[in-house]
Amino acid sequence: MKQSIFTIVRNDALTDCVYKMILSGDTSAITAPGQFVNIALEGKFLRRPISVCDYDDTTLTIIYKVVGKGTAQMKAMEPGEKLDILTGLGNGYDLSVSGDKPVLLGGGVGVPPMYNLAKKLTAMGKKVTVILGFNTKSEIFYEDEFRALGCDVIVATADGSYGVKGFATTPLADLDYTYFYTCGPEPMLKAVYKATATSGQMSFEERMGCGFGACMGCSCKTLTGYKRICKDGPVMRKEEILWNS
Amino acid sequence: MEQLNVNLCGIELDNPVIPASGTFGYGYEFAELYDVNCLGTFSFKGTTKDARFGNPTPRIAECTAGMINAVGLQNPGVDRVISHELPKLKQCFHKPVMANVSGFSVEDYAYTCEKLDKEEQVGWLEVNVSCPNVHGGGMSFGTSPEAAAEVTRAVKAVTTKPVIIKLSPNVTDIVSIAKACEAAGADGISLINTMLGMRIDLNRRRPVIANTMGGFSGSAIFPVAVRMVYQVAHAVKIPVVGMGGVSSAEDVIEMMMAGATAVEVGAANLVNPYACRDIINDLPGVMEKYRINNLKEIIGGVQLWEKM
Ligand SMILES: Cc1cc2nc3c(=O)[nH]c(=O)nc-3n(C[C@H](O)[C@H](O)[C@H](O)COP(=O)(O)OP(=O)(O)OC[C@H]3O[C@@H](n4cnc5c(N)ncnc54)[C@H](O)[C@@H]3O)c2cc1C
Ligand SMILES: Cc1cc2nc3c(=O)[nH]c(=O)nc-3n(C[C@H](O)[C@H](O)[C@H](O)COP(=O)(O)O)c2cc1C
Ligand code: FES
Repeated sequence: MKQSIFTIVRNDALTDCVYKMILSGDTSAITAPGQFVNIALEGKFLRRPISVCDYDDTTLTIIYKVVGKGTAQMKAMEPGEKLDILTGLGNGYDLSVSGDKPVLLGGGVGVPPMYNLAKKLTAMGKKVTVILGFNTKSEIFYEDEFRALGCDVIVATADGSYGVKGFATTPLADLDYTYFYTCGPEPMLKAVYKATATSGQMSFEERMGCGFGACMGCSCKTLTGYKRICKDGPVMRKEEILWNS
Repeated sequence: MEQLNVNLCGIELDNPVIPASGTFGYGYEFAELYDVNCLGTFSFKGTTKDARFGNPTPRIAECTAGMINAVGLQNPGVDRVISHELPKLKQCFHKPVMANVSGFSVEDYAYTCEKLDKEEQVGWLEVNVSCPNVHGGGMSFGTSPEAAAEVTRAVKAVTTKPVIIKLSPNVTDIVSIAKACEAAGADGISLINTMLGMRIDLNRRRPVIANTMGGFSGSAIFPVAVRMVYQVAHAVKIPVVGMGGVSSAEDVIEMMMAGATAVEVGAANLVNPYACRDIINDLPGVMEKYRINNLKEIIGGVQLWEKM
């Protein structure tokens, strides 16, 4: 973990309420896709946890949906403005177990962390299929970006306005894959858990106090004991998940 | 040279800054970030007789200038704290540490304190009496002078190290409770624990926190904490550890003027993991600004306005 000051390079709308922010700063603490950062915002007591969408040595890309006051404040920020960010939080995805043909399932703002993961897996020579689930056509983002990485991309919309009609899990039945990685809202994660034939990893969300393991605000029960989503997660292996309802 | 050292119940502290229980784990998360030996000491996560998962999530709600937590004393239980956490803590922290203890019966408190008292690195026992008494209809021990005194006596009877009773602010007369603890043999008083609070999610029409209510802390509670520290420190002879909303060197000095011998910092650590280190670094400059050479000399030094 590292605390440092990042400078906003770009902050652009991808859809009506989803924004992409590119920041420059010290990314040395980020070690794996699926990790997150925790962003301090002027006048807000707690930091905002947001997944790493992409990173290199000097830049960090995040994609966020405006849902409340904090994300609305982020949306209003201009290039050149600075943000105090904790980086390198959480475990991230384990790429070593993907097999040759991993499938990545992202739902809504669960799509962003799939991007750097897809980038790394394709660079490793894996045949990557990405399934992007959205409610409706106007909410879709990053389809072209995943294609540009060389992934097979399937888009599913719940209302059928674009791509496959259904959920991110709908295309799974006809797909040949060795392993899965997913991030999305909890109902989607449960559906992925049921619909997948292989082992895999899923990323969870919880309200956080600190984001670095100090407060026990984000604990959950797993089959391998109590875990802190911020520190021992947010990524969990399918085999250890214990659904609480 | 400014003098930052203070003496808390017979043990010297290099400075009065102490991360508060529940916001600093067992120290090693923070040791990755800075040398935690710069701290006066720290109070580790509230420890109970048996392991506890705590409350269901969500456990955290944001507030203006503060937060509510309903962690519910998640901890691995005293035996595992001694066998697994203290050895790790010892690797990164080389000063006496404050052991924070919770319980749900008088016997629980005595049991856990007796075990921790035998640990070499434990310097003080900080006994959190804000917990509900399962034998007393669920009322918190800290809301009645008799119950708080009973816990104090039971713990004092089985321990040798200084016992600091940590009080809840959710009471009508905190002074009477502090005095009862002093009379029962407490070596110090720390305050305040979190204030009972609640937030509602307007969209879902549900409490933000699964447990409905939780403990409110952070900068917003600072004035209440200063007031209670002032009241208690001027009513008892034993040292008082002040906390509640402290987030700067100025806040530390204000707490000390109100009567605190040492000062704990809680929620601020969660937002800025370097908060305590920064406060310690800032203290000499702020002391100079207010013409303070020796922190010990300002304890309880607030001068009241003359009555007209
Ligand atoms: C590990 C992790 C990764 C995330 N990655 C992304 C991402 O890549 N893109 C994205 O758009 N969103 C992501 N989120 C959700 C994001 O944190 C929330 O949408 C954001 O905090 C809302 O802030 P706000 O001030 O706009 O909302 P408000 O409702 O005003 O926030 C009030 C408080 O609740 C917290 N909160 C509200 N919603 C959530 C939530 N869903 N999860 C956790 N805390 C919440 C806020 O952090 C804040 O403390 C992630 C959450 C977690 C835990
Ligand atoms: C997440 C969290 C967990 C806490 N856990 C404990 C605990 O286990 N035992 C205890 O005595 N106090 C606990 N507290 C209370 C703090 O130690 C402190 O008394 C209170 O938060 C007020 O200080 P602050 O405003 O600086 O946070 C906790 C506070 C927070 C925010
Ligand atoms: S948010 Fe503090 S431990 Fe996870």
